[in-house]
Amino acid sequence: MSLRTLIERLLQLVPVLLGVTLVAFLMMAFTPGDPVEIMIGNDEHVTPEQIERMRRDLGLHLPLHERYFHYVANAVTGDFGLSFYHRRPVSEVLFERLPATIELAIASLLVALAIAVPAGMIAAVRRGSIFDRVVTTISVAGVAIPNFFLGIVLIMFFAVNLGWLPVSGQTPSGLNIPRVTGFLLVDSLLWGRPDAFVEVLRHLVLPAVTLGTGLSALLMRVTRTSMIETLQQDYVAFAVAKGLSPRRVLFAHALRNALIPLVTVIAIDLGSLLSGSIITETIFSWPGVGRVLIEGVTTRNYPLVQTAVLMFAVIYILANFLADILYVVLNPRIRLK
Amino acid sequence: MSAGRDGPILSVRGLRTEFPTTRGRVVAVDGIDLDVMPAECLGVVGESGSGKSVTFLSMLGMVRLPGRVSGEVRFDGRDLLGMGARELRELRGRELAITFQDAQMALNPSLSIGSQILETLAAHGPAGSRRLFGRDPGQVGRAIEMLTRVGIPAAAERLRDYPHQFSGGMRQRAMIAIALVCNPRLLIADEPTSALDVTVQAQVLDLIAKMRRELGMSVVLIAHDLGVVAEHCDRIAVMYAGQIVELGPAEAVIEAPRHPYTQGLIASAPWLSDLTRELRPMPGSVPNLIDMPEGCHFAPRCPFRSDACLRPVAMRTAADGRQVRCIRPEAVA
Ligand SMILES: Nc1ncnc2c1ncn2[C@@H]1O[C@H](COP(=O)(O)OP(=O)(O)OP(=O)(O)O)[C@@H](O)[C@H]1O
Ligand SMILES: [Mg+2]
Repeated sequence: MSLRTLIERLLQLVPVLLGVTLVAFLMMAFTPGDPVEIMIGNDEHVTPEQIERMRRDLGLHLPLHERYFHYVANAVTGDFGLSFYHRRPVSEVLFERLPATIELAIASLLVALAIAVPAGMIAAVRRGSIFDRVVTTISVAGVAIPNFFLGIVLIMFFAVNLGWLPVSGQTPSGLNIPRVTGFLLVDSLLWGRPDAFVEVLRHLVLPAVTLGTGLSALLMRVTRTSMIETLQQDYVAFAVAKGLSPRRVLFAHALRNALIPLVTVIAIDLGSLLSGSIITETIFSWPGVGRVLIEGVTTRNYPLVQTAVLMFAVIYILANFLADILYVVLNPRIRLK
Repeated sequence: MSAGRDGPILSVRGLRTEFPTTRGRVVAVDGIDLDVMPAECLGVVGESGSGKSVTFLSMLGMVRLPGRVSGEVRFDGRDLLGMGARELRELRGRELAITFQDAQMALNPSLSIGSQILETLAAHGPAGSRRLFGRDPGQVGRAIEMLTRVGIPAAAERLRDYPHQFSGGMRQRAMIAIALVCNPRLLIADEPTSALDVTVQAQVLDLIAKMRRELGMSVVLIAHDLGVVAEHCDRIAVMYAGQIVELGPAEAVIEAPRHPYTQGLIASAPWLSDLTRELRPMPGSVPNLIDMPEGCHFAPRCPFRSDACLRPVAMRTAADGRQVRCIRPEAVA
């Protein structure tokens, strides 16, 4: 990929991001409910003057188009405004939450791959077998199960009934891991506390399984289809004819090529992983960007919601970009063109 | 371990390969009897779909389910169809090698040429040389030597290249190098030239002939038309609809073909020196292999057919040793 296409693609981002902020802005503006009233709640001692001052502080007295213009003009300089609720810069609040979301996303992806790749591969190799049929049926059902339903079922069973795993949150209450990277699995190790690491891991299991299962159903079918197609290629037959072991044929020759489409599908599907994380984080009280976004919506925290949406959009676009790069790296045929 | 110096290296009796399909049973290989002698080059010709590739893939145990293979195949006295998977694997690539029609498809696009040749060596090398990391220097040397011998310049630098960085002719050479790197005793070259430019075709055929001389191996050269095999082969087997219809010394078969199908092939071939000769295309086309009639498979297209051709026709051997699957008396005269 040349520098030129790189720059071209970055420039293409500008209208996309403008569109995303505009839509987020308008949707929040036209959602009934007023942030100041929500903040005040039932407090009867607040005077109308105080309310007026609060509205001014938050910039809500300005007409709609000016508010949008201000937001965009400041955003370009990296200032996304103050969170109404936290009274701190929105970017600070969001970046604080980002590691938790990334940690969950990576764990979910690992869960999904750990299920999907072996299952898809075996289903392809033993095409038409009972294993193939059972796994394919389950994967069809797996896509149909909504995240919130699976999450609640898992909580009921493993957390409430069996008590094996925690119900919610990212750490047990009272365990405060010193923040270094923000990734608690990493920080707990840096802290030199394996017991804390295990605790964090235990909290991660249910949300990661919830979020990963839906994705694994899709990835498993992509792996299976791609693997079946690859196994029919001449180069696989030639590898067999060379006298290579079945393992070498399967992994070095077939799987390697069969996984290329998977990378693209993962990146394209990152959108559903992100939207899934919003639901999953809410169910499991996972302190990530998704949950803070939902909190922002319920409290009409305009700058926070707009910026969180923008952040999701940027992540989504970057992932697609990464997919293109990986596709080239994995595909030497394209590399030289 | 050997079946004797003078015995055939490959001996095939009654080979039959069927594929059940939704439209019926396809008999792709229908009773092949064949011997390949040590250091011999046997040409196998026939139209597309006559079963050339399936015949040899069947011998290597490379026909996929639901395909069914029966009959007897002996390689150096050992029963190929009956042997275990591991034993067969050790034979493939080491003693019995095959190259495919299109090297672009047969080489893995995401592995370097070097690793594709080295993995063959590693699979058949002594256990100690199967290293997990790094390469055995002896094997790297062998890979470079082989690539050089098939005519790839600066082979040492090209080990890291991927197949798409090679030209069509070079890919074909590299595939041949991979097939020959373990010094096999028999090479099955399945249409080694049909994917190549005319100019490169002759080079690749010469290369196979050269390697046969140098390594002293036997070669089965599969081709569409007689022209390719005429020059390079000792004997020719002509296949039609899953059967061998004529088998004999190359020169004799081309100069005096006895089976009506071979005669038709030669009459319709634009190759061979005689440019003034009138080309006569063969009428009809290769029959549907599903539910093939019992009698002569070629009968529907044959100018000499009679009612007697509707009964099964066996291979007959003439006094001079040439074999023809035809009931006419002049076929074995
Ligand atoms: N897996 C399969 N299922 C059903 N039919 C098959 C299968 N593989 C091969 N055949 C059939 O067997 C017949 C012989 O095929 P084969 O590839 O051996 O022909 P060929 O002589 O090598 O032709 P070509 O010159 O085009 O390579 C064809 O009619 C083909 O359709
Ligand atoms: Mg063929």
